[in-house]
Amino acid sequence: MTQLPEQTERKLGLVIDLDTCVGCHACVISCKGWNTENYGAPLSDQDPYGADPSGTFLNRVHSYEVQPEAGPAQLIHFPKSCLHCEDAPCVTVCPTGASYKRVEDGIVLVNESDCIGCGLCAWSCPYGARELDAAAGVMKKCTLCVDRIYNDNLPEEDRIPSCVRTCPAGARHFGDLGDPDSDVSQLVAERGGMDLMPEQGTKPVNKYLPPRPKDTLNDETNILAPLLAPVEQTDGFLGWLDKALEKL
Amino acid sequence: MHPAPSVIAFTTLSGLGFGLLFWLGLGYPNVTGWVAFVLFAIAYLMAVGGLLASTFHLGRPERFLKAFSQWRSSWLSREGICAVAGLIVMAIYGAGLVFLGTSWPLLGAIGAVLSLLTVFTTSMIYAQLKTVARWHTRLTPALFLSLSIAGGALLAGQVAMATALLVLAGIIQMVWWLQGDKAFAQSGTNMATATGLGSIGTVRAFEPPHTGNNYLLNEFVYVVGRKHATKLRMISLVLMIGLPVLLLLAPFAHLFALLAVLSHLIGVIISRWLFFAQAEHVVGLYYGKR
Ligand code: SF4
Ligand code: SF4
Ligand code: SF4
Repeated sequence: MTQLPEQTERKLGLVIDLDTCVGCHACVISCKGWNTENYGAPLSDQDPYGADPSGTFLNRVHSYEVQPEAGPAQLIHFPKSCLHCEDAPCVTVCPTGASYKRVEDGIVLVNESDCIGCGLCAWSCPYGARELDAAAGVMKKCTLCVDRIYNDNLPEEDRIPSCVRTCPAGARHFGDLGDPDSDVSQLVAERGGMDLMPEQGTKPVNKYLPPRPKDTLNDETNILAPLLAPVEQTDGFLGWLDKALEKL
Repeated sequence: MHPAPSVIAFTTLSGLGFGLLFWLGLGYPNVTGWVAFVLFAIAYLMAVGGLLASTFHLGRPERFLKAFSQWRSSWLSREGICAVAGLIVMAIYGAGLVFLGTSWPLLGAIGAVLSLLTVFTTSMIYAQLKTVARWHTRLTPALFLSLSIAGGALLAGQVAMATALLVLAGIIQMVWWLQGDKAFAQSGTNMATATGLGSIGTVRAFEPPHTGNNYLLNEFVYVVGRKHATKLRMISLVLMIGLPVLLLLAPFAHLFALLAVLSHLIGVIISRWLFFAQAEHVVGLYYGKR
């Protein structure tokens, strides 16, 4: 049913730390691996070893350069997957009922056997979180690894999303953002977690932690300065060399 | 947005087809027998042809029946229901005219309303999308409806109506273009809000997630041919509105009427191509392409 639930019992989601993400793309690979080998249609690739490779991914890492008014530019790596929005436009536009938001935990999923691959849900998502799989003809999106987080066959430490489990920098956190006492909610409160494109009115569950303020570099400090300064010695070997060269 | 030929064909043909059905349902022209048969056949070829074309862009067209289920929330679902209901009602009404020579005006009026609702629901599929500022305006349904009714009047041979409605559609089209050019900037969504990094400084896309292409770039970040947009707008306006109006004002001749219809059709196709090709989806911001 593509009407959104009034409210969900929990709001499971991710908190992504833009301060610690090192841009290694490990989460991209582990997400693709887990979601190709497990639930649903595999994430296909087209022409993977040819001249024009492309493929379906549920999580992609962008990199942005931010230039403050003063001081050096900063490079920020920016992982992006479905934000499991509370007011998810992708759910209400779906004509078949394939897209839905779960009442029990707020996860936004696609029932692939109902999807006609019209693509309208991807059009309605501001974040580019949905991709139509070219081989299967159905819409793919982040499942919040619903087949891991409740999976009793996995050891307890693995019952978190694959991307979170994999991240070597600890930049991805998973938990209930509807519970103000949860670790993730605390983290969001402490670090000023933010919404992406709040003006689109989607009310994303996933939050992004902004980069911490950088140390200020003293403008005078220039590590190359000593090497670039003109030679002004008038005594010693360099002084002699200077004069000798002058005379030539 | 990617201007998929199937979607352009769909919106153009079904818009005209349902426009013609609208006039036929109201009894303009009031015809029976063979003449009615030919007019209804043209309308159904266009409306049904357009709907069939729209299934070509589905990933799993064999499941299309499921698309009628979510009318409570989905404009696409509502469109499917209106289209099928309209086609069925108008088929019964048309059968009365063609085979029995009798007109059931109430049925025709219901069919006319359903035909217009189909065009309206089509336009709402686009107008509802907040992600595409150019489309997210009340002018989008106004544009689709005015073009559909004007084109329908042209096909139905309602010269005076067609002339007036074409001029109206032309005005709405121009306003829609001018508004649309400002819409993205006015929407308040930009690199700063997309990344949330605007408070630090000016954000620039440094490196895309992949060196290759992907679905998102193909579907949403279409930029080819934008540089010719102004010229194409002029061509579209001349073919869609200008030439047909001139031909309608000229003394009536069957050749002129046919030329007017063809010119209008090509003009609408160009306008629809621009409708998609010029539409900027906010996801382009993440790729630094806006
Ligand atoms: S991020 Fe996109 S796909 Fe995910 S819930 Fe929000 S609108 Fe839907
Ligand atoms: S692509 Fe599938 S999930 Fe998305 S709106 Fe269409 S039918 Fe629904
Ligand atoms: S939660 Fe699972 S599906 Fe979603 S981005 Fe992470 S690994 Fe991929």
